[in-house]
Amino acid sequence: MAKVLDNPRPTLKERAAKIGAQIQGSQAWNSIFRPGSIFRKGYTDSPRNRSYVIMNSVLYHLHPVKVKRHAVKVSYTLCLGGLSFFVFILLTVTGIFLMFFYRPTGANAWQDIQTLQTSVTFGLLIRNMHRWGAHIMVLTVFLHMARVFYHGAYKPPREFNWVIGVILLTLTLLLSFTGYLLPWDQLALWAVTVGTNMMGYTPVFGSQVRFVLLGGVEIGSETLLRWYVLHVLMLPFVIVIFMAIHFWRVRKDGGISGPL
Amino acid sequence: MTEIPEHLLKRAQAARDKAASPSDASASEGGDRIPDALLDRTKASGAGAAVVAAAPAGGVPVGAGPGGHTQRLLTVVKSGSIQEAKAAPVDKVHTWPHLLAVEFVAGLALTAFLFVFSWVVNAPLLQAADFNNTPNPSKAPWYFLGLQELLTMFHPMIAGVTLPGMGLVALILAPYLDRNASNKPEDRKFMTSMMTMFLIFWAVLTIIGSFFRGPGFNFTFPWRDGIFFEL
Ligand code: HEM
Repeated sequence: MAKVLDNPRPTLKERAAKIGAQIQGSQAWNSIFRPGSIFRKGYTDSPRNRSYVIMNSVLYHLHPVKVKRHAVKVSYTLCLGGLSFFVFILLTVTGIFLMFFYRPTGANAWQDIQTLQTSVTFGLLIRNMHRWGAHIMVLTVFLHMARVFYHGAYKPPREFNWVIGVILLTLTLLLSFTGYLLPWDQLALWAVTVGTNMMGYTPVFGSQVRFVLLGGVEIGSETLLRWYVLHVLMLPFVIVIFMAIHFWRVRKDGGISGPL
Repeated sequence: MTEIPEHLLKRAQAARDKAASPSDASASEGGDRIPDALLDRTKASGAGAAVVAAAPAGGVPVGAGPGGHTQRLLTVVKSGSIQEAKAAPVDKVHTWPHLLAVEFVAGLALTAFLFVFSWVVNAPLLQAADFNNTPNPSKAPWYFLGLQELLTMFHPMIAGVTLPGMGLVALILAPYLDRNASNKPEDRKFMTSMMTMFLIFWAVLTIIGSFFRGPGFNFTFPWRDGIFFEL
């Protein structure tokens, strides 16, 4: 006779649920996710929790708890500012990957890229993503500026944030341009030659600026090292600071402009 | 002094009458008062002196409200005179989920696009840099090709420094020069047409520089001589 179990063996699903509940109830879990987090046990979709998701998390550094209704319409911002920032993050991630395989010297640079493409797992893909991502960022930043202009969003009180924006645009172009040299192929060398020759025509201090940027009278290995440091360290550092000011000002100026 | 409205005076009088009448039991054992048990405990703890003294000695004082609490009407201020709502209420939604969901989807879509595109199209890597071999044509990156195109028309100082410098300054000063406060497109026809003209001008220069310039940076037709353009 089969024994009647009043305690049948738990199914896999039940066991998984139990483990899930245990993890969610653990001290470690609750120390990571603050009250109101969607990952905490018993999260319910209430107005109070919706506020907590922002207020009690690191997101509060970027977003207020509530935003104007028209500001979340994709047709207003076209997501362009946010996407510029997002591509920048993608570029940082892929760029760090590239740094593991690249030496900024005239003797190594090109060969390192070649090796990266042919012998490193996902090397080619990551390099492609970094390169195309850089072009996309120039494009999104530029379109973002156009959208801000056509919305008249540079008007008081947002004048200064527009100025910060122009600085960001310049930094974006410089980041892209310094990166252009690094593969050290014919395209890089001569594109940068054309670009920096123009710089030399700046009156009064043109040739001095050019000398400092190139690390010499002509482009060479010194230029490569200089632009590498600019590209992977200095310009990203500076642009992050200006982005922080930019985002902070968006909020202090009363959120997104409009509606029209 | 501000005049106290009639109905408030009446209400205060009624409350006073109610509190003064000895038959009202609720005044002495109202639900809001400190329970006797707690009061006893406080007394027992030795620090009760103050509480005992504060407890109403001879019944309820004049002016006590329904629960026996003392209430005083300090002043009545007409609402209109001090409350002035300057900001109209704004229609707002919660950032989570309304904005975060949109951002998440946008980020995901962009990542997917970049991933697929990079899977399919390879970034250029030409021959290693060679100082003795100048490619013809030599072109700047595409976002500078408008400038390089200007070089064909003006002295390098004008094309490479003066004009872009003026453009940058104009861009920075735009919010301070545009004195028109409206953000309505129909009020800003002048500014939007200026900007549109500038953008088209720039786009045309960039496109010519990118696709219509061949060896020697001479004018070509891409469909006749091919495209001399690398990203
Ligand atoms: C690295 C480049 C940039 C990043 C990451 C960035 C990011 C952002 C973000 C996330 C916003 C919120 C609204 C939106 O997404 O449209 C914003 C708003 C704004 N940005 Fe940028 N931006 C950049 C460059 C620029 C440039 C080049 C300009 C103009 C020259 C500019 C001017 C403004 C202004 C005025 C606002 C307020 C717009 C409004 O209130 O409607 N930004 N930016």
